Parts: sequence; structure tokens; C-alpha cells
Amino acid sequence: MTSPILVGKNARRLTAPSVIPGFGLTFGYTLIYLGLIVLFPLATLIWWSSGLGLSGLYAIASEPRVAAALRVTFFISFAAAVVDLFFGLIVAWVLTRYDFAGRRLLDAFVDLPFALPTAVAGISLAALYSPSGWFGAPLAGYDIKIAFTRLGILVALIFIGLPFVVRTVQPIISELEVELEEASATLGAGRLQTVLRVMLPPLAPALLTGLALAFARSIGEYGSVIFIAGNIAYVSEIAPLLIVVKLEQYDVAGATGIATIMLAISFAALLLINLVHAWSRRKFGRV
Amino acid sequence: MRFPEAFADTKTIKRGASIRIEGVEQDFGAFPALRDVSLDIQSGELVALLGPSGSGKTTLLRVIAGLNSPDRGRVLFDGENATGLPVQDRHVGMVFQNYALFKHMTVADNIAYGLKVRPRRTRPSRSAIRTRVAELLQFVQLDGLGARYPAQLSGGQRQRVALARALAIEPRVLLLDEPFGALDARVRKDLRRWLRDIHKQTGLTTVFVTHDQDEAMELADRVVVLNEGRIEQIGTPEELYDRPASPFVISFVGEAVALPVAIADGQVRFGGRELHIDTHGLRSGPARVFFRPADIAVAAEGNGDLEGRVESLRRTPAGVRATIAIDGYDQTLEIDSPLERSASLGGRVPLSLAKARIFPADENGGYVNAGDGI
Amino acid sequence: MSEIAITSAYERRAKYRPVTEDSPLARYALIATAVLFLAVFLLAPLAIVFVEAFSKGIEPFLAAFDDPDALAAIRLTLLVAALAVPANLVFGLAASWSVAKFSFPGKSVLVTLIDLPFSVSPVVVGLVYVLVFGGQGLFGPWLAAHGVQIIFAVPGIVLATIFVTFPFVARELIPLMQEQGKVEEEAALTLGASGFKTFLTVTLPNIKWGLLYGVLLCNARAMGEFGAVSVISGHIRGLTNTIPLQVEILYNEYNNVAAFALAVLLAGLALVTLGLKTFLEWRHADALSGSVRRH
Repeated sequence: MTSPILVGKNARRLTAPSVIPGFGLTFGYTLIYLGLIVLFPLATLIWWSSGLGLSGLYAIASEPRVAAALRVTFFISFAAAVVDLFFGLIVAWVLTRYDFAGRRLLDAFVDLPFALPTAVAGISLAALYSPSGWFGAPLAGYDIKIAFTRLGILVALIFIGLPFVVRTVQPIISELEVELEEASATLGAGRLQTVLRVMLPPLAPALLTGLALAFARSIGEYGSVIFIAGNIAYVSEIAPLLIVVKLEQYDVAGATGIATIMLAISFAALLLINLVHAWSRRKFGRV
Repeated sequence: MRFPEAFADTKTIKRGASIRIEGVEQDFGAFPALRDVSLDIQSGELVALLGPSGSGKTTLLRVIAGLNSPDRGRVLFDGENATGLPVQDRHVGMVFQNYALFKHMTVADNIAYGLKVRPRRTRPSRSAIRTRVAELLQFVQLDGLGARYPAQLSGGQRQRVALARALAIEPRVLLLDEPFGALDARVRKDLRRWLRDIHKQTGLTTVFVTHDQDEAMELADRVVVLNEGRIEQIGTPEELYDRPASPFVISFVGEAVALPVAIADGQVRFGGRELHIDTHGLRSGPARVFFRPADIAVAAEGNGDLEGRVESLRRTPAGVRATIAIDGYDQTLEIDSPLERSASLGGRVPLSLAKARIFPADENGGYVNAGDGI
Repeated sequence: MSEIAITSAYERRAKYRPVTEDSPLARYALIATAVLFLAVFLLAPLAIVFVEAFSKGIEPFLAAFDDPDALAAIRLTLLVAALAVPANLVFGLAASWSVAKFSFPGKSVLVTLIDLPFSVSPVVVGLVYVLVFGGQGLFGPWLAAHGVQIIFAVPGIVLATIFVTFPFVARELIPLMQEQGKVEEEAALTLGASGFKTFLTVTLPNIKWGLLYGVLLCNARAMGEFGAVSVISGHIRGLTNTIPLQVEILYNEYNNVAAFALAVLLAGLALVTLGLKTFLEWRHADALSGSVRRH
């Protein structure tokens, strides 16, 4: 073990005795790298916003344009997460429980929103839903406009959030015990009753986690939204875009204020996830 | 089955180092894993560390290996202090509980590993390593399996690869952690005999950890019984069986029945009866008598230490096995007796103790060591 | 005659649906819903990229790559990934080694902090670095005085990309190495291997597929990152534009074919990543961490 490193000395006492070398070096590097790249810059944000104070934050948040953007971001993110919850459950169920031609391929494509750069998703969604696009043109016949409206934001956020729900729920569905279904059937439950009363309740924590993850991601999403949203102030302008706008106007304080509020919402969602985990572990023994 | 020539040469192998452990203590957080453990292992000895899970036996083995560094105390190999010696320089052959074979290497590469990682000046040539691996494969009866991967082997085969890998570095001592734990009963029996043979041929000081008393008794020259981080007793299998030093040892090694008794006026009383057991000068007070099921028998009428009622009778090849409820005691015990002395179901029988040990209760209600009974 | 009766009775019984299966009607309805949903929301956006890129034929598509700005964007994207991915690779190895092979208080806090960048909006990441290095930022005046440019320059883009892709390798390796324990390393040490040799010959081969998996996802995100880089780059053509930023510029100039042509590069990268990822999950599932994957 390399002892000259500062943490190396403390590490001896910090860790349980081990012959495996390298704790001081790797732990020290981890802390320094994490501190420099992530924690210090984030602390700078907190420091800036603490300069604003709560009243300053409130003043920024109640600016009509900021308030509108936060509302749009919050509510549409939530709506998109709920849509993802519903269809994500169906997709996860179908991919896990049924076998059909093309299932593997479809399963692989669920991760597309993770892999496809957001700017690409943004311009292709805009192209699809523009009045002359594949989906936009037929919908225009019914007087439904998606691109450059709030619905466009919804579509983009549904795209972004879907894998979070599917990938969180899928493993839990595959772990459902067949015996439970059979027991339910022997007790006289019909198939629908079995699904609703026996199989879905254990999925609740995973569904809630997926919902929160999709929501948290949607709050901060930028690239896939701005191309399709139209970005009309007070109507279809999202909070992350407003940060960019404020920065371009050299309003660093305003940008910092919005960023702080967004961070708070994301962390609240993450906290919710942890609470859900803790709750379900207490109640069901595991997640 | 012969040990490869290269190892039989006393110039290349230091035959079994002696191991001395002095006052070793190890804490894991608030939980003391080893408490003041001292132990001498002679060169070439085969020693078992026996105890229930959590008794500290694996921790002690890892301290000898250099995988754990003790908080206090010393470990000496051949009289030299090895406490601070890094594990790489200890030259211990360690066989891990689930073998810890390198999954991504072939059997041959696994065995050769310890030779290949040596610094260049002490590393044998490629051809020498190949020869050594071939010898070892033959030695552990796995000729021709060198190109396989661990996943393609049976449990018993993996165990032998692990042993060959440990032997390849010409260890001074051989350490095995639950060497047969993961194997099924039949393979275990074969491998036990095989380990004995290997020990005989290599003459290596060998220490193995087990929770199975049969295994310890059958294989080891001496057995170290551990409980809650302390050594309860060190002795040959005979000594452990015939002269257990503590209630823990008598209960853990072999079957034992315990009777709560009282000592008064140099007499041992159970219920209203007097047991014919020497008190060894123990003070008056509560105590406990331990005896093996084999040491109690149906006595001649009026001669018994105890009396009981026959609850059930079962025929065995040699005679009859009776389940007897002892008067004044809430447990039953089983007694084998020859046919001619069999009792009738529901009848009362006198019982006599051939051999027993008595331990007084100490102030805490526990039991401390005492001398032999009878 | 009776034989026939028995056979048909068996046949009829064989057709009974197991109680654990949904009715065919429900099954088809659910499959149709899922397939339709995925087709509309996932496959169509992917398909339109290629359709738009080739809408005017192959020539205009190829012409898009003749542009020096496009080539500069490709070069910069490769450079950024070549710096950010190895940096996070080394960090991932260090973090997983210290977390998985040792026990120390506060470990779960550390693991949570490593995951933190995933819950920070890319735009906020960009802003945060502006606050540190920008003109009004913490080190801004000092940097300006010494003529060091971080914001609106390549270093800033690299830093923001590192932040955004920070957890990918570590979060794949930590559970994997925790599952594997440390017994093989201990075995190697008893056989005389040094710590570094143990890492190279025992640990690394055991984690190589998980490592590749993490690097793959890290790289895809590094090359495709938009929000954070957008805030910090200053959009200087031919200098600080990565491929995604160049796509945005071309799209805003109504140069659809060129925008989608560059987007084809990124979509291709996404497809290759998905393909390799699926291959690893299928072929080397046991060599990856069993934890739920959500990236």
C-alpha cells in the first residue's frame, strides 16, 4: 500500500483490514476527481444562488415568463411521465411475458432514447410532426397541431422518458413468481383479477420509481424539446431554454435562479425514489 | 500416485514450516473475531481448525495466510516473525473455500499463475513451467484437462486444480478453507483420503478449516476447537473425544446429553437420586453432567444411577434401540442395548453411567472447565 | 373406437390455456398496442433521419460532408470523446476498485454522489461551468488575466462532456466488482502476484465486458451531448462546434438535408451502440452487472 498519500494513512483506520492494495490511491483519486469535476462546480452554483437568497429566488421564480416556463416544464414533464408509465408498463409486460417475432429487436430499440443524441431526436421529431410531416400532415386534417405547441413538448418528453419506465419495471415483471398466479387461480380468481390484484401491486414501487426517473429526466431535457416546441414565450418555452436565454442576455443571476429551482425539483424526485425504495423494502422485504 | 520429483528434492522445497501463533487478536468493528489465540503447529503436522460458523476459524486461517493482519499478536514461521510479511512473500499454499479459480484462465494457466507472476530473475523458464504444470496435473490426476476452463470441471476436479495451483508455488505451509464444503458426500469421502495421502507424500504443514467434526476427526493429527473467537481445546481426536475440556467441546464434538445436577456434600444429585460421579472437589452448587449416549446403558435391577420409562422400541441389526424418558428431565435419550437385556414398552428401566464429565455452573450461570467424572 | 375418443379428449385438454397465460385476445391487443406505440414513438423518429437525409438523393447527402465546418465538427467530436472517455474510464476503475474491494464508512453516500451527474440537467451543467470559468465566474478574472480560455473553447466542452458522462463506467463496474468479490484477487496475492499484476491478470479480464459496456455508453453520450456543450461552446463555427451543434445550426438555416446527413452519423453511432450493447447483454450477460440498467 502506498502510504505517503494523505488518505492512505487514514484509510488504514477507515477500512477493515485487507491485504488488497491500492485503497489510498484509488479512493483518493476518486474523491479528488469527483470533487473537482462534479462537487466543486455544483457547489459554485449553490454558492451563487445562496447569494440570491430565498427572496431573490422567489423573485426570479415569480417573474411571469419564468413562472410560465417552470409551469410548462413541470406539468408537461409530469404528463409525459404518466403516459410513459401507462405505455411503458404495457411495453414491459409484452416484452417480458410474450414471445413473438421481432421481440428481441423491439427490446433492443427501447434503449434508443438513451443512445440517440437529443439533438437528432429533436430535429427528427420536429420533421415528423411538422404540418408537412408523416404524422403532422394527417393530423393537420383534423386540425390537430403538435409541432411548435405544448403537445410537441409532450411528444418529445414521452420519447425521452419511455426507457426509464420500461427498464425499471421489466426485471420486476420477470421476477414475478408463477406460483402466485397459480395460487390466485386455484383460489378462484379470473385472469384479469389475478393480474390486477396479484401481479400489478408488486410492480407499484418499480412503476413509481420509473415515473420519478422519467419525470426527473424530463425536467432537465433540452435538446429533443427545443426543435419541436416552437419556444413561444409564456406558451411553449421550457425552463432549460430560459436558462440559455438568460445567459445570452448576461442575466447570470436569473439563469442561476432557474437552475437552482430545477435542481431542487430533480433532487426532490430522486428523494422520492429513495423513499419509495425504503418504503417498499420495509413492506415487501426488497425492491 | 507420486509426488513430482521436483518437489521431493529437499533443495527446492522447504519441507513444512512450523507455525507459531502468539496472542493473536482481531476485531471487526465491535465484533471480536479472534481473542488471544495462541497455537503451536509442528512442522509437517496436519491440523484442523474446527468450530461453528462465526467461531473465528476462517479468520485464524487468513491470519496465518497473511490475508488478514491481526490487531495484536504475532505469527511465526519456523521461529521467524512473519506478522508483517506481505502475503506475496509468505509462500503459503492457500486453497479457498470455493476455490477462487480464475474463471478466465485455463486449468493449466491457473496452475502456472504463481510461477508466471514471479519477477524475471526467479521465474522458471517457459518450458520448466510447462513441465511443472504437467507434473502437477498428473499428480492431482487431471492429466489432459489442462486446456479446460474451470467452468467445464466438476466440483471435485476444481478442488484438485485449486490444490495443484497452491502447490505450484512450493509453499511452506498448505492452508485449506473448508476444502470439502462445496462437494457432495461421496466425493468428499474420496477427497478426504486423497488429502491425507497428499499430506503424507509432501510432508507439508497443513492447516484446514472445517465445521464438520467427522472430517476433522478423520483427517487431522490434532484438532483445534474454536468458539466465539477463542480456542476451547487443542488435542488429538482421541483427547477431544475422551477428555473434552469444556461443555462446548463435549457438545460440539460428538453427541452429548446434559443433565442439570446439584453438588452437595461431595455428592452429585439429580432429582432425588445420587449419581455415582466423582465431584473432583468441586464446590457445592449447581452443575451439569455431560455424557455420551454410548456411555449409558441399562443396568442391573437396583443398580442404576438414573431411572426412566421406555417410550418406544426399535429393532436394530445388533439389538434394540430404546427411547427413554428420564425421570425428572424433559428430554428423551436413545440407548442401544443387546437383545437379551431389552425392556418392555412402557416399562421402567434402571440406567447406569459408564463415563461422564461434570462442569460446575459459574456465577453467570455458564459452565467452567473441571476434571474428569467417575 | 374408444382409442379415438381418448385421443380427442387429450387433445382438447392440451388446448386448455395454462392459468398463467393471458387470453389470446388480450395478448394480441397488448402486443399490438406496444408495437404501435414503439413504432410511432421510437422507430419513426429513427427512420425519418435516414429518409430526410436521402430525400434529395445520395449526392446532396455526400455534399454535406464536403463542408469544412462539418469536417471540423466531426474532428472536434472525436477529440472530445477521445479525452472525456479515457478520463472517465480511469475514474471508473479507481472508483470501483475502492468501492468494491474495500469497506469504509460513507460508501453509499459516495456511490450516490457518483450517480449525481445523471440527475443534473445538461443545460445546468453548462451553466455551472460558466459560473466557475466564465467572465463573471469564480476564476474568470484570473483566467482572463493569464490568457487562458476555457468557456467558449475546447477545454470547456471537454469538461462539460466529462461531467455529463461521468458515471457511465463507474456505475457499470461498481456492482459488477461487488458481485465478484475479492477472493480471486486474494488467491493471486497468495500465489505471489503484486497488486498491479493482480489487477492486470485477474481483475481486468473479469471485468472486461462490463468495462466495454460502460465505455460504449459513455462514448455514445460523449459524442452526442448537446445541452451542456451548447451552453458552453459559444457556437463558433469550425472551432467550437461538435456534430450535434452543427446539426442544430444547419437545421436552423433550413438546410435540412445537410442537418440530417450529419444526424445520420450520430444515428448510426446510436445504432452501433445499441447493437453492441444488445450483443454484450446477450452473449456476455453473466459478465455484466446484474443491476437494473437505466442510462
